[in-house]
Amino acid sequence: MSNAIESLGSLWGPLLVLGQIGLFTLVLLISIAFLLLLDRKVWAGVMMRKGPNVVGPFGLLQSFADFGKFLLKEIVIPAGANKFVFIFAPILTCTLAFAAWAAIPVAPGLEGGTSWVISDLNVGILYLFAISSLGVYGIIMGGWASNSKYPFLGALRSAAQMVSYEVSIGFVIITVILMVGSMNLSDIVNNQTGGLQNWHAFSFQNFPLVIVMFPMFVIFFISALAETNRPPFDLPEAESELVAGYQVEYGSTPYLLFMLGEYLNIVLMCAMMTILFLGGWHGPIALGPEIANALPPLLLSLSGLFWFMLKILFLFFLFAMVKAIVPRYRYDQLMRLGWKIFLPTSLAAVLVVAGYVTYFGVQA
Amino acid sequence: MALIAFGLIAAIVILSAVFVIAARNPVHSVLWLILTFFSAAGLFVLIGAEFLAMLLIVVYVGAVAVLFLFVVMMLDVDFVELKEGTLRYWPFALLVGLIFLGELALVWATSGEISTTTFDPSPGGDTNAEAIGAVMYTDYLLLFQMAGVILLVAMIGAIVLTLRHRPNVKRQNVGEQTGRRRADAYEMKDPAPGEGI
Repeated sequence: MSNAIESLGSLWGPLLVLGQIGLFTLVLLISIAFLLLLDRKVWAGVMMRKGPNVVGPFGLLQSFADFGKFLLKEIVIPAGANKFVFIFAPILTCTLAFAAWAAIPVAPGLEGGTSWVISDLNVGILYLFAISSLGVYGIIMGGWASNSKYPFLGALRSAAQMVSYEVSIGFVIITVILMVGSMNLSDIVNNQTGGLQNWHAFSFQNFPLVIVMFPMFVIFFISALAETNRPPFDLPEAESELVAGYQVEYGSTPYLLFMLGEYLNIVLMCAMMTILFLGGWHGPIALGPEIANALPPLLLSLSGLFWFMLKILFLFFLFAMVKAIVPRYRYDQLMRLGWKIFLPTSLAAVLVVAGYVTYFGVQA
Repeated sequence: MALIAFGLIAAIVILSAVFVIAARNPVHSVLWLILTFFSAAGLFVLIGAEFLAMLLIVVYVGAVAVLFLFVVMMLDVDFVELKEGTLRYWPFALLVGLIFLGELALVWATSGEISTTTFDPSPGGDTNAEAIGAVMYTDYLLLFQMAGVILLVAMIGAIVLTLRHRPNVKRQNVGEQTGRRRADAYEMKDPAPGEGI
């Protein structure tokens, strides 16, 4: 047995990475199944309905039933559609949504200074930003390839919308990078140790900055709604105007891939907010070094994972509540909010934070 | 391993760049162009310049190419006809191609003098984002700001060219709308029967 492992030798690294990727994919897929149910349950709860409650106890298996249904249905490709692009668009959306998770650190590592992540990139935050800016292609290509009017209109809307809100997301990310002085996601998380008051959204140790950073968190949250085409910014698929926008012509498995990609992106945005503003895997109350050293490292890692998932769950709950409560924006209002309010505010925030960091320095 | 990766990615860059010109459908051309950008970012990653790679994706793939695609999708031009017309210009294309080839040959001939082994993507142990920033904001500050001003001029030019003043358009004033109270909006009258207001 040990011979077999030694003979694998140089293969061990790639195999380990493959195993990690498989684990991430599996956990993500199963979480998405239940998060989807949570989304529908919250929505139903706000409307005083019961929501899905037939498949399994409390409807827990509803997503799996839907999954089976989507897989078994026939794939219909409309006549006049551009076949390759039509099929490629949902695959691209889904692949990109999974690819972004390669850089997300989910828990502290067993040894100090490391973290549980597939690839600890130096430019991790830029990688996430780049991947999320590619998400628009799935929608544009799907809308164009369908060769149909409503999808095309939906695609045009989403292109303008996602490009607009990326700008403010970029500036908000810059404020956090300025505070940390690094683009490595693990560094960003480790900059927020020591309890709730040190999280970037609150950052009481750099007191005046809380006036800037908390609004930045809110702006990031709202921009994330727009970036993932969630209500109240779901204009690309506004059912009252465009039937279902860019995904009108999609059914069965391609539709499933679109929906999966969309929800993966939402969870990714929740993870980004957790890492950038809510302290990542750090709990709200800091353990003293004596306690932390006495506990086994595996327990610390698992508790970090627990906090990380709890924060993501909380943010996802907020996403679901927003979907249930807020009415849809009109398109010109959406553009006005993005360009005339968020862009100047976040630009001013970058100036303020940069000035603060230069003249006072950041207390870590 | 790195050599295989380089060969693969470089081949994809060149092939997709060829398809940008060869594709009949303009939207396909843009999609091939995106693949070219993406693979070029892969080349940057291979030499260890991950910051440049990410910027290439964010700026060119995430923004510029989206606008390309946006414009090309909206166009309703018969590109096949247009392409047949361009065949007349082949002597120009040949000339430009020959000039490029000559320059490449010049570089090839002098490549012995240019050392390629001393390349260090992150000089002094800094990450290459820090290295680029340190150079850009000190030695090349003037050039950097000039580039910014040139972009600003281009932006203002584009706005001036497309700005139209339309006098009779109703514009929404959000502050006015949300500032409106019930008392401003209507008043109650109690007209006597048969009189009206």
